[in-house]
Amino acid sequence: MLENIDFTLVNWSRGQFALTAMFHWLFVPLTLGLAYIMAYMETMYVKTGDPEWKRITKFWMKLFGINFAIGVATGIILEFEFGTNWSNYSWFVGDIFGAPLAIEGIMAFFLESTFIAVMFFGWDKVSKRFHLTATWLTAIGASLSAVWILVANAWMQNPVGTFFNPETARNEMTSFWDVFLSETAVNKFVHTITSGFVFAAIFVIGVSSWYLIKNREHLLAKRSIVIASVFGLISSLVLIGTGDSSAKEIVKTQPMKFAAMEALYEGQTNAPLVAFGILGDETDHKNLNADSEADFLFKIEIPSMLSWLAYGDPDRYVAGIKDLIQGNEEQGILSYKEKIIRGHKAQQALRALKEAQKTDPNGEKAAALKAKFRDPEFIENNVQYFGYGNFYHPDPEQIEKNAFTMVPPISMTFYAFHIMVMLGGLFMALFALFLFLVMRNQLHNKKWLLWAAVWTIPLAYIAQQSGWIVAEVGRQPWVIQDLMPTMKAVTQIDVESVMTTFFLFAVVFIGLFIAEARIMIKQIKVGPKKKEDPNNV
Amino acid sequence: MFEALSHLALQQYWWIIISVLGGALVFLMFVQGGQTLIYQVGKDKDERTMLINALGRKWEFTFTTLVTFGGAFFASFPLFYSTSFGGAYWAWMVLLFAFIIQAVSYEFRSRPGNVFGARTYETFLFINGLVGTFLLGVVVASFFTGSQFSLSDMNEMSWHSPFRGLELLLNVHNLTLGIAVFFLARTLGLLYFLNSIEDENIEKRIRKQLWYNAVPFLVFFLTFIIWLMFREGYALNPETGEIFMQDNKYFLNLIQMPVVLILFLAAVVLVLYGVFISLFKKSSAGIWFTGSGSFLAVFSLFLVAGFNNTAFYPSTIDMQSSLTIMKASSSHFTLTVMSYVSLMVPFVAAYIWFTWRAINKKKISKDELSSGESHFY
Repeated sequence: MLENIDFTLVNWSRGQFALTAMFHWLFVPLTLGLAYIMAYMETMYVKTGDPEWKRITKFWMKLFGINFAIGVATGIILEFEFGTNWSNYSWFVGDIFGAPLAIEGIMAFFLESTFIAVMFFGWDKVSKRFHLTATWLTAIGASLSAVWILVANAWMQNPVGTFFNPETARNEMTSFWDVFLSETAVNKFVHTITSGFVFAAIFVIGVSSWYLIKNREHLLAKRSIVIASVFGLISSLVLIGTGDSSAKEIVKTQPMKFAAMEALYEGQTNAPLVAFGILGDETDHKNLNADSEADFLFKIEIPSMLSWLAYGDPDRYVAGIKDLIQGNEEQGILSYKEKIIRGHKAQQALRALKEAQKTDPNGEKAAALKAKFRDPEFIENNVQYFGYGNFYHPDPEQIEKNAFTMVPPISMTFYAFHIMVMLGGLFMALFALFLFLVMRNQLHNKKWLLWAAVWTIPLAYIAQQSGWIVAEVGRQPWVIQDLMPTMKAVTQIDVESVMTTFFLFAVVFIGLFIAEARIMIKQIKVGPKKKEDPNNV
Repeated sequence: MFEALSHLALQQYWWIIISVLGGALVFLMFVQGGQTLIYQVGKDKDERTMLINALGRKWEFTFTTLVTFGGAFFASFPLFYSTSFGGAYWAWMVLLFAFIIQAVSYEFRSRPGNVFGARTYETFLFINGLVGTFLLGVVVASFFTGSQFSLSDMNEMSWHSPFRGLELLLNVHNLTLGIAVFFLARTLGLLYFLNSIEDENIEKRIRKQLWYNAVPFLVFFLTFIIWLMFREGYALNPETGEIFMQDNKYFLNLIQMPVVLILFLAAVVLVLYGVFISLFKKSSAGIWFTGSGSFLAVFSLFLVAGFNNTAFYPSTIDMQSSLTIMKASSSHFTLTVMSYVSLMVPFVAAYIWFTWRAINKKKISKDELSSGESHFY
């Protein structure tokens, strides 16, 4: 089956999706978090009536607006792309995946776009309280849009609440609440949104620090730092908590991703956590085979920590990459080869059904085959491995070889995961330190620290992108875990078309990025308005 | 309550919602139309700033409606989404790029340090106004004229034209609707300016431009409609499930669904009345009549495309692959869930209306530009 796949097309389609999704993700975290920071500042203004708060709010709002516009521009791409480049995917899971996208539009995007207009244009047109409400609703709207897209994404990582309908040859929803409230969806949402809060806090602290370095806007900078560091600190705690619960859940639902995150080849009890590590050249997912071994040039390990992280029990066994592929009877792990054969049977049954229906749509044979897909045993043993069937080959040896290709890029997943975790820890320390110093009024004379805060902003971008890589590269080769491999999901189109749109996106993005970055820096340099009009306070 | 409905009833309910969103989208395209008129209506920098700010407060509604229209189509008729978006790749991609450049243009245009200069962003707005309206019209016309695709027994799509959607531009009937939508959007844009800006010179130019846009709109729209009434259409035989060609199918749909016919005729009257009072009665309320007329016209055209045993996304090369609302839809369960979600729509419409009034109660004028209190593009 693999012979029939045009991997150039698959790779360019993946490349385009990665380009557009990651570019979009440069802007979203700031929107998610800054919205609440602004809303809090405006609340202070309405409560105290102090015009300085209004000035501060409006300054951050201006930056918010610049960033928001490009987030909107890049967001629409993703919605279109599911159809344009992942046509087979859109049909195979559209019955589940489309719903959250539509709900996102109806519930969240209208809320955002309606009240953002009030926020920007309503200062002298609506009452103070109405305006404040609009700002809060903008923030809530942004969070709600994150809810629904992450529910959709979580379902791809852990497809629950559905069954396979052979009649239509697609997955259909059976429980909305299972999809909406799956453990994966809840973890993903809380983890992602709090990461956005942390990001925005870093941004606000970094920009405020720059003002302190330049010896201007003292009040704005200090007030902003207090708010941002408290907000960042609280968010960091939740971020770590959901990071932990995500790990515990990934080890169950996506054990291969989990093993790749740690470059764990051989499973073991009391598995150590690699706190810091550098991989050697041998770590290569492309030439993986039964003899491959983990290749670290250097590593610092924490004994038994990985078992503890995965199961809350240092003695537990954590499966490695090779265990998952080759199977491990002792630990009750089914080999990929076996899963491929089982999935192939499910695909064969579907094919047989379609053939039977051609001659006699309502005949006995078709009815019997259809009933098979309702049989819990067949679902349990075969249908749940449906996607594995795409790696089938008549020659058993070739199946084994194919099984070794079903791993994500190991070093990329490993590094992305470790960078994300380390930076997350660094950010939390920064919040604590800044809060401590600003409360004691000792911040303005620590120039090096202020510069460090400015340079933490790019690190926050890196942390965000790393998180995306762990989630999305780490789940390869699946677009829908165990049900549909990425290679099956693409639209059948000439690769030149995809290459052309890829480069068009790249050019447009470079242009937009330069413009956005320059406008943003310019606005920061200009700073807030000198004074609020006293008649309008 | 929705659980009790049949699958067909839910499919029809969702086709109505898609039609509502389609109608709302075309009405809101006054933003796109307006964007193509900035230099014809505004003759100096202040005037253009007023025009752009009048649109800048509304562009996100159009954008969001487009996104929601796409999302709702995906959720309720996923086979259309996978077939059309994946198949007519270039048509959708060009449309997409036209909207990407719009979304940044308002915010970036007047900001210092915007690299490319205000004129570039104004050009982006023009391109969005031209391509966004025209191409959308062309694609929607293919709901009647058909496309070159086939579906496998696993419902996987193959597109048989190497131009991947751009071939739709070679069909003259498609072009008439594209051009009609473009001029309709411009007409609506003019009426919106009339309603939201207070400036004598601008008003004069609007009324002149109204002639140049409303007349071509009518010519192209009527051409499209008359042609549609005479052409054969893709009909579904409900007994056998087969698709066949039927003479005057779309005309028959109007006759056999008198409510739709009445809506359509009412739409035409409303569109004309809105233009008429703006031209001859010096009224500024034309947008509400022409706007609701446009909404109804698109709404009823969608019903003609999808109801009364009609294939709404026909295939010209493999007729049996054509999509009907029954074939393309989501499962009963998903449509039920989505139907509960749809109960939010009136609520959303209500708060949009409420805030629209709050923001537009005072017309935009030159005085406001210099007040410096509000955010300006």
